[in-house]
Amino acid sequence: MAGSNKTNITPPRWLLAELTYKCPLQCPYCSNPLDYAKHSHEISTEDWKRVLSEARKMGAVQLGFSGGEPLTRQDLPELVQHARELGYYSNLITSGYGLTEAKIIELKEAGLDHIQVSIQASTQDLNDHIAGTESFHSKQEVARLVKKHGYPMVLCVVIHRENIHQMADILAMAEKLGADYLELANTQYYGWAHTNRDLLMPTQEQYQEAEKIAQDFKEKVAGKMKIYYVVPDFHEDRPKACMNGWGTTFLTIAPDGVALPCHSARELPGLDCPNVNDHSISDIWHESKAFNFFRGTEWMQEPCKSCDEKDKDFGGCRCQAYLLTGDMYKTDPVCSKSPDKHIITEAIESARQSALTGNEKPLIFRNSKNSKAY
Amino acid sequence: MSLNPEQKIQFSPMHRLQWEEAQQKDVILYPEGMVELNQSSAEILKLCDGTRNLDQLVADLEEKFATTGLKNDISGFLEVALGNGWIQQN
Repeated sequence: MAGSNKTNITPPRWLLAELTYKCPLQCPYCSNPLDYAKHSHEISTEDWKRVLSEARKMGAVQLGFSGGEPLTRQDLPELVQHARELGYYSNLITSGYGLTEAKIIELKEAGLDHIQVSIQASTQDLNDHIAGTESFHSKQEVARLVKKHGYPMVLCVVIHRENIHQMADILAMAEKLGADYLELANTQYYGWAHTNRDLLMPTQEQYQEAEKIAQDFKEKVAGKMKIYYVVPDFHEDRPKACMNGWGTTFLTIAPDGVALPCHSARELPGLDCPNVNDHSISDIWHESKAFNFFRGTEWMQEPCKSCDEKDKDFGGCRCQAYLLTGDMYKTDPVCSKSPDKHIITEAIESARQSALTGNEKPLIFRNSKNSKAY
Repeated sequence: MSLNPEQKIQFSPMHRLQWEEAQQKDVILYPEGMVELNQSSAEILKLCDGTRNLDQLVADLEEKFATTGLKNDISGFLEVALGNGWIQQN
């Protein structure tokens, strides 16, 4: 573990509250852990209120209510109200499934600032197939109601090989629904997406074509709609500056109260991620082994150690290094300076072959039955 | 899109302007994002309450800070603010 300089620890700004792993959808690229079914315990309303209060006191200001599907928690309006009283900007990150107009109004009155609705595709067939649940029409209705009640509306579409050909239609759908922001989230290959990678990863040509369409559209709607484009990092030369640097900005609390430096970090070995039932948020942030593990640059190996870009991308993503090389200290293999770059090129080629041959195994959907196999 | 000097200027209802004690500065909050403001930008935005056009806003700020010649700086910032959707004119 790095001997990080504790005087340089910045306070958390972003708190991701994963309220539950329960979800009515079964998206095969879900970022929840594969073995989420093992972590079914959920912390109480009072625990969450304490977490929100403590993190806010330290300086957290953006708050994401996420999951699973956060709407399955009956105490959501109570937590939203508590967050508003503390001065958070609250984001509800939802599938929209089961979100009624009455609930939208109740949450608004409780002080919710924004609702992000996910849609899986621009057509009903594909949306319902990917979501594993009939949900296309209810999602469209929710998007309309979110606008009607004066929330900023963010439409989030995760992009992968089964829907990337719909890019133009997805953009038109976002415009028609009146989205204020459109998040085009190229799939990041963790959790369930890692398992389904051969079936989900588009080819280089597909990315290029889709990005061109999105770029042209961005200019067309400038001033009306903002587009967040989550870069497909496997096709880049440099890794993403994951989490804006470990333990600098982001604090995730999992449904069972485990505090994580990023939402995938519980897959990393030996971090001993602390639980909010045992420690204060301040102790977790400043003192815990997990949050100090990859702080700073002391932990780095070559080629990161002597790289002049190490303060820019922090060596990339630790979870990706671990998933792909088995060594969480290594340079993110996405980087062209990484000796493991071949793993990325092989993954891209493997997905390409899978696409070309059409000889594909079925997607593994995210549900309790499949989770219990891990 | 550019600023209409005749029309009143209003802070966007899709954003929130808020003092952050931990950071000792004003910030603009919006879906999944935050912009940290310096003091002069914050002072300008706080007056964007739908009751003032550009000249009225300049006059009030010049009076508040007992100075003159702020118009270019203020209109330059407001153009940026408009482009970012932080303010609007109806």
